[in-house]
Amino acid sequence: MFLGIDIGSSSSKVVILSPQREIVTAQVVNLGTGTRGAAQALELAYTAAKLQPEAIRRTVATGYGRMTFSGADKQITEISCHAKGARFLAPGLRTIIDVGGQDTKAIRLSPTGLVDNFVMNDKCAAGTGRFLEVMSRVLGCTLEELSGLAEAGTEPVSISNLCTVFAESEVISHLAAGVPLENVAAGAIRSVALRVGGMAQRVGVEPEVGMTGGGALNAALVEAIGEAVGCPLRPLPQPQTIGALGAALFAWEMGRGA
Amino acid sequence: MEKTTRTSKEWVDQMLREHYQDAREAKKQGRLVCWSTSIAPQELLTTMDIVTLYPENHAANIGARRDTETFIQHTEKQGYSSDLCSYARVNLAYAELQHSEAENMPMPDFLLCTSNICHTVIKWYENLSKELNIPLILFDTPFNHTDEIQEHNAAYMERQLYHIIDQLEEITGREFDYDKLQRVMAISNETCDWWNKATQLAAAHPSPLNGFDIFNYMAIIVFARGTQEARDLFHLWHDELQEKIAQGQGPWKDKEEEYRVLWDGIACWPYLRFTYKTLKDLGINMVTSTYPKSWTVSYETGDVRGMAKAYSGNVYPNRNLNYDVENMVNLARKFDLDGIIFHSNRSCKLMDFRQYEVQRRVLEECGVPSVLFDGDQTDPRLFSEAQYDTRIQALAEMMAENKAKKRRAAQ
Repeated sequence: MFLGIDIGSSSSKVVILSPQREIVTAQVVNLGTGTRGAAQALELAYTAAKLQPEAIRRTVATGYGRMTFSGADKQITEISCHAKGARFLAPGLRTIIDVGGQDTKAIRLSPTGLVDNFVMNDKCAAGTGRFLEVMSRVLGCTLEELSGLAEAGTEPVSISNLCTVFAESEVISHLAAGVPLENVAAGAIRSVALRVGGMAQRVGVEPEVGMTGGGALNAALVEAIGEAVGCPLRPLPQPQTIGALGAALFAWEMGRGA
Repeated sequence: MEKTTRTSKEWVDQMLREHYQDAREAKKQGRLVCWSTSIAPQELLTTMDIVTLYPENHAANIGARRDTETFIQHTEKQGYSSDLCSYARVNLAYAELQHSEAENMPMPDFLLCTSNICHTVIKWYENLSKELNIPLILFDTPFNHTDEIQEHNAAYMERQLYHIIDQLEEITGREFDYDKLQRVMAISNETCDWWNKATQLAAAHPSPLNGFDIFNYMAIIVFARGTQEARDLFHLWHDELQEKIAQGQGPWKDKEEEYRVLWDGIACWPYLRFTYKTLKDLGINMVTSTYPKSWTVSYETGDVRGMAKAYSGNVYPNRNLNYDVENMVNLARKFDLDGIIFHSNRSCKLMDFRQYEVQRRVLEECGVPSVLFDGDQTDPRLFSEAQYDTRIQALAEMMAENKAKKRRAAQ
């Protein structure tokens, strides 16, 4: 068995692969690096797969917590892992957009699936999952509810601030002015989509485009990013665990060579 | 060349120590002290025997000791924006506090500001001039929008150099010695030549030079370019590196050079060790950089217009986008680069604004992968170790894939 663990800033994900590269289990715990998230995700995975830790031949860690996780044979970045995992699920992908907790990235792949180039968010949390978390808090909904709320919006407000803190006050002033919640939610989603779309354009959008990471669970965001990059995004199963899947695939490659 | 048993590194350390010490001593003895921007016509000051200090060097020094916060906070308390260049913020505070744990510069009697590196320096030096109530000499080197330096600009700059000589005569009350200028020009050219030759040796495989040393040696080319001592130091450095090449030695004793990269922009001084170690751990050697080349100021001895053109044209922030791209593509080929690291330096808008486009064009022209990270030359609050780490490791993974691809193609 081969294990990939993706310890992000706001969640920990584990994927276990069989020697035939079948996904035995994929687990997500909404606790990130520096918490018990990684340990919990591992426990969940072992229980679900009915495995003892000794059954794992190789482990690859990715995500912000990859360096502090002691149980890995190798650490590989999120960029390579998302590319690996996404291509495994959709071999025709040439562009990957990952909206994670504190990082957003656009990755361009070569026809054979190697990372040709990538761009990550610079300066701050604008365009990341953290931005959406802050927005949902102000809107009084959960991150999961934000998508439905935004889809009901008919006239998205414009949120012009890049800075998450400033954008938060902007949202509050829209709400104070009586703008319906739905339109503000749609505006928040749109602002992230435009920022992410800009990054993707910079790296060069090549179809097919797929989206990974927790952000891909947000249907309204997926649609808005599709509009921003000018081509619909290919849906990928269990997008949150694709980084961990990529890590597990690297573990499988290492184990196969061993 | 001076016969010596000390290494160039020991020599550099000694020169750095003595630079500030000698300057403080000279000030006590009543010699005139000038503060100057980093790539300035020091030839004129050296000829006039003026003690010259470089606030950018000094701020970098404070930055490398992680001691900038006191200064930055002081300037921000005074009402300066945190978006202002952090060298300026450190120095404007130093001009008031006049003490740092790193090194102490004697206060200036006048200032020399050259606009080739950026335009922030003009306002920075104007403020110093006003606050300290001392003369400011400005050498204005218009930005080169065209690929070549325009002759009307060359004429304008040449006239300014003669005007600066007049100003120096007035400030010092002494006559300018044109014969001495010839000698200083000759030595300055030789120093630059050895500096250039030494840094070019990093093109060897493996590179004998750990490129972060360039950031260290750079202080000397800034403040001692017109001296025989600096010339001899760089000559020695060159010979040491050549010897390492002859013996097949790489940049490190305990690690092989696996990847060769270019570093674009100024170092992240407060995180110099961290940024270096992250690279070294992955076998990445910075073999060249766009930045230190700015001090290869070459011209014909005696040619004042040529010297003016060199000060305008050698500094990449004063050249257009084409120059930047062409320069980087040439470096990529010459140094056989595997990757490029762009330091998006919050302080230096001039360097940052075109980085995305340079990155795009360089990739298009020579296929060298690159990453860009956020940081700052001396403000420690603008850098994230984890972000840097991830970007550098991702670059290493791309470089590894490219190498594997090349190996497969060769088989």
